[in-house]
Amino acid sequence: MIDTATPILRVSNLSVDFPMHKSVLHAVKDVSFDLHRGETLCVVGESGSGKSVTARAILQLVAKPGEITAGSIHLATEAGEVDIVALGNRGSAIRQIRGRRIAMIFQEPMTSLSPVHTIGHQIIETILLHEKISKEEARIRAAALLDRVRIPNPDAALDRYSFEFSGGMRQRAMIAMALSCNPEILIADEPTTALDVTTQAEILSLIRELQRDRGMAVLFITHDMGVVAQIADRVMVMFRGEKVEEANVFDLFARPQQAYTRALLGSVLKLETPAPRPARPMAEKPIAEINDLALHFPLNPGFFGRPTAYLKAIDGVSLTINQGETVGVVGESGSGKTTLGRTLLRVYNPTGGQVHYWRGDGTSVDIASLGKAGMKSLYGEVRMVFQDPHSSLNPRMTIYQIISEPLRTNTDMSEHQMMDRVQELLTRVGLPADIGDRYPHAFSGGQRQRISIARAIAVRPRLIIADEPTSALDVSLRHQVLDLMRDLQSEFGLSYLFISHDISVIRYFCDRVAVMKNGKIVEIGDVAQICERPQHDYTRQLISAVPRPDPRLRADAPA
Amino acid sequence: MLFFILKRIAGMIPAMLAISVLAFTVIQLPPGDYVSTYAAQIAQSGETVDSAVLNNLRERYGLGENVVVQYFKWMGGIVRGDFGQSFEWNQPVTDLIWGRMGMTALISVLTLVLMWAFSLPIGIYSAARQYSITDYLSTAFAFLAMATPNFLLAIVLLYITTMWFGVSVGGLFSPQFENAPWSLAKLWDFITHAWVPIFVLGTAGTASLIRIMRANLLDELHKPYVEAGRAKGLPEARLILSYPTRVALNPFISTVGWVLPALISGELIVSTVLNLPTAGPLLLQALKSQDMYLAGAFILLSGGLVLIGTLVSDVLLAISDPRIRLS
Repeated sequence: MIDTATPILRVSNLSVDFPMHKSVLHAVKDVSFDLHRGETLCVVGESGSGKSVTARAILQLVAKPGEITAGSIHLATEAGEVDIVALGNRGSAIRQIRGRRIAMIFQEPMTSLSPVHTIGHQIIETILLHEKISKEEARIRAAALLDRVRIPNPDAALDRYSFEFSGGMRQRAMIAMALSCNPEILIADEPTTALDVTTQAEILSLIRELQRDRGMAVLFITHDMGVVAQIADRVMVMFRGEKVEEANVFDLFARPQQAYTRALLGSVLKLETPAPRPARPMAEKPIAEINDLALHFPLNPGFFGRPTAYLKAIDGVSLTINQGETVGVVGESGSGKTTLGRTLLRVYNPTGGQVHYWRGDGTSVDIASLGKAGMKSLYGEVRMVFQDPHSSLNPRMTIYQIISEPLRTNTDMSEHQMMDRVQELLTRVGLPADIGDRYPHAFSGGQRQRISIARAIAVRPRLIIADEPTSALDVSLRHQVLDLMRDLQSEFGLSYLFISHDISVIRYFCDRVAVMKNGKIVEIGDVAQICERPQHDYTRQLISAVPRPDPRLRADAPA
Repeated sequence: MLFFILKRIAGMIPAMLAISVLAFTVIQLPPGDYVSTYAAQIAQSGETVDSAVLNNLRERYGLGENVVVQYFKWMGGIVRGDFGQSFEWNQPVTDLIWGRMGMTALISVLTLVLMWAFSLPIGIYSAARQYSITDYLSTAFAFLAMATPNFLLAIVLLYITTMWFGVSVGGLFSPQFENAPWSLAKLWDFITHAWVPIFVLGTAGTASLIRIMRANLLDELHKPYVEAGRAKGLPEARLILSYPTRVALNPFISTVGWVLPALISGELIVSTVLNLPTAGPLLLQALKSQDMYLAGAFILLSGGLVLIGTLVSDVLLAISDPRIRLS
């Protein structure tokens, strides 16, 4: 009989500090919660909320120089309660808990498995660490585990390496490894964040299924309210190291008690309804018309002779972007959406098709076959905004240098004029005008993305290609950045090609959307029509896999 | 795997040919041909040379013919194991060279093995206990050792052993063993002599390998797979040795490729200072006296050694890293 009355894990007044250069960062402040057998507790919060550090503290895995400074973590065992904090982070006592009683899966399935050991080696090693059985028995059990997480040909898969598997398969192998010693608690630290939505849906249902089978307690760390609504029994909200609120999942979504929770839910729900859009004009004027565009990379070119196969990154894509319109491109990783955006700026040279672009002066050019000089003159009209604001700004250039660079190369403005323009741009994107002489590291992710946008609009472009501009941002910042982009659109008459994997962002922001798969567009149409009445199977699958931030949509929701 | 090795060996052939062209160019660089140098040398000592002998030599090396033809004659001889004649020693190059090259290879390989044996554990320990006293000590040693020129170390070592201990450590053997066949006593004699050049040659390399290993491992230590290993309950020492160290070993193994050439060229100076019977001093002498067949053969064989070192490191890499083997 499972004892559900007494918690299996009691965390009381936990504090974790990271000594910094001259100060102390309180990563976790006085956090207490209980975890019961068979339940899923979701810890949700934005970056820097201390949710991951809390999870690591439970296994004594807090990285140096971080340190648990106060509190206790009581784990119920057959022999009574054990305080994990008192065990320290070395020695056999804590090692017998790690992997045996409490197992953990991590965010990055790409890097959480060793690249130089076989999958089987890593699972069997875990079993042999904790149980006195023979290697052969351990191997049989490892194969059964891989079968359980639905990896095909489990016995052969044991002898393969992690880099031979896709991201989803790696995360399954990681789960199999975590479950190999029948742990009582599974800690999952953003296990689906790095995966595509359809893969995420599979992994989430797998975790839920395994949990029911085994009566395991799951502590699930995530930033995604949609995932919370799908899988949580109870939810703990964290903000800047403190626990804000803890409640049943249905109560939390229906009646959030704290202002922060309400704000967080508000920014998620805001993305659920499309932003108000002006009606499209009756007669559309195209700015760019992509015609049967193709980009094939040769695979496996022989020593002599011709390549035997091609990777069709873009395989005959046709798409029109009208003036003042936002066209979304949605697809999973490997669908060719990012490659499409880059090919439009000739980062890659297309191997077929045309891209007709109508310039500001009314003349039309074919970007696909344009020479170097012609492209150079276009960089003043077509600009790009990148996904990762941390790596797309040169850390050794000041904000002024970053924003003025396109002005320097595309216009003949004087230094004085550029100074004025940069100040004006900074104010326009909602940043103080006097930050020009500071460096990117002084700014947060959201601020940096505003700087990227300021750089993109500096030369008054007509078309902006935005590649996942909000994916690296916390949810509360996403709609702010999108709203800024929309305001700029109506102010300057911009057109956007908006590339994203996130259908809710697309629905919020775009007029029309193209769904890409394996280098082809499978469906294209008005955003409302695609999201509500998808015609193609793949689109339907993609949309239904997106976790909606509403627990009432769950199968097990109370009536 | 076999295919991989065969492919690598096939790749070595053009490299070897390029080296042979280079070696031949060195032979051709000085003005005049070496038969006239030879004749002049003999004439200097007051004797006369039979012009038939000279013509015979010219015929054999195809002198006066096209450079390309000469190259193929030289290469043709090498393929048959004939490296030509050393003018200075008046012996076939083949007789002179093998013993010397053998000693060079022996000293180089011994040095390499000892360099690894010391730098690997020190580097790992230094990374695992970053900023500990041991780490600081090894870092201090490494910078000092890297900054000290080989020949200076050799001279200092010679001075210390001779002046303080009264032992002569020049050469690789004591005079009585020089031409004796191999025996236990000769082996011991070799060891008591060889540690000096090995120490001198290996110190700087060991120091840089310690730094490389430490840096590699520090990069790996905070990767998620290490944390995942810790989370499954692996003891710390076993975790570090079997996971991040395995990955960090890659660049370390690749160092064979450049350590071997560095050893061989470093050996030239050290061997001259220490008076070792290896290839270096003979090559230097051959270059000084324009004994070009001898020099060419040395350059060719040293190049070959470097290629073999690269092959060894490639094969070791393929064994240790499945990503290289399988893709």
